[in-house]
Amino acid sequence: MNENHYDVIVIGAGPAGLTAGIYLARGKMKTLILNEGTVGGQMVLTHEIANYPGIEKISGFQLSRTMRNQATAFGAVIKSNIKISKLSLNGEIKSVEINNKETFTAGVVIFATGGKSRNLSIPGEDEFKGKGISYCATCDGDFFQDKNIIVVGGGNSALEEAVSLTKYAKSVTIVHQFDHFQAFDHAIEEAKNNPKISMMMESKLAEFIGTEKLEKVKIQNQSSNEIVEKPIDGVFILIGYEPNTEKLKGIIALNARNEIVTNDKMETNISGVYAAGDSTAKQFRQITTAVADGTIAALSAIEYLNAQKIKDAA
Amino acid sequence: MLQTNLTHLTSEEKFNQTLKENENVMVCCGRMGPMCIPVYEAMEELEPTYKNVKFADMEFDSPTGNLIRSLPETKNFNGLPFTVYFKNGKVVKATSSIQSMDQITNILDSNFTK
Repeated sequence: MNENHYDVIVIGAGPAGLTAGIYLARGKMKTLILNEGTVGGQMVLTHEIANYPGIEKISGFQLSRTMRNQATAFGAVIKSNIKISKLSLNGEIKSVEINNKETFTAGVVIFATGGKSRNLSIPGEDEFKGKGISYCATCDGDFFQDKNIIVVGGGNSALEEAVSLTKYAKSVTIVHQFDHFQAFDHAIEEAKNNPKISMMMESKLAEFIGTEKLEKVKIQNQSSNEIVEKPIDGVFILIGYEPNTEKLKGIIALNARNEIVTNDKMETNISGVYAAGDSTAKQFRQITTAVADGTIAALSAIEYLNAQKIKDAA
Repeated sequence: MLQTNLTHLTSEEKFNQTLKENENVMVCCGRMGPMCIPVYEAMEELEPTYKNVKFADMEFDSPTGNLIRSLPETKNFNGLPFTVYFKNGKVVKATSSIQSMDQITNILDSNFTK
């Protein structure tokens, strides 16, 4: 086999992919981790992790650096910021082409592609990103001292960040498309009891308007379809995440939410193809659950490859 | 100091010297936050390929960070990191908030000839 052949290719380098890489490489599997984005995935979006067992407090960045170092120390090769251009998963040998030029092969592929923040995809969103529009309250909150801002969303992140942003902002308006929130009761209560917070329910942002920076937004009421313009200094978009599975449509079995369907061994519907972490169909998405998925996928992959070797030798 | 493998611009003198000694310079001014880390990582990945560009970072909250914060090109920015591209010491492009590898390479390719 050529140097581009591996025992296992892991696609994704968040906690699930890196954990799979650690277990595989430590299990003496020749392992390649391919990653389209930043190593660490959504884990680096977390400033402080305080519920990872065995570690009192750590930043998402530090935890991802440590996982990356562990994986590479055991021998895994990591290529990040690449583009997956072609996948061929059927048959005993799978192939993955990157950047339209280089192809890698392996007996097993593990998808740990994680998720990404949802955008509103409305006019002006790209233009005013960083000039009034933000996706990270902890990062950019202090730019909005004594300003009027909007938080879009109705989940725990949106409501908790809205409360947190009142430390800086003069006023925070929560704009949510439904007539009720999806957040926990305590988060809803805290937001409702905050005198700086007001709420526009059953409403959607329709457009961002400004010249050099964001100046106002158009908001559409979902019941009446009435559109109002609201002058605003900033908008924080916190409407959750979606799985990174666009490239897998029509290739691997996905559910209605485009999450990868797996069994308890993290096997997909294709023999020798596994999945782990936030891109899979499951109820809870935590670093700990991603790490567990990555472990199971790696151990299942080793078991599968060993069984293949016995079969081939027979 | 930022935990990256990039050149750290920790003083005005070092900043000026870097602009003087390099025709093409990309400076990412931020914190070790979730919007900034992907930009640093993309820069680290690009550094071996773009030998004609000096890749550097700067701490947003340091006194040196004011050199980027006070530029006219960043006056409307309110999303970290502030990333500024210099050619012969002059600003040719500035972006606010997270940028993808594609967005960064497009800027490098269109402003800095290899």
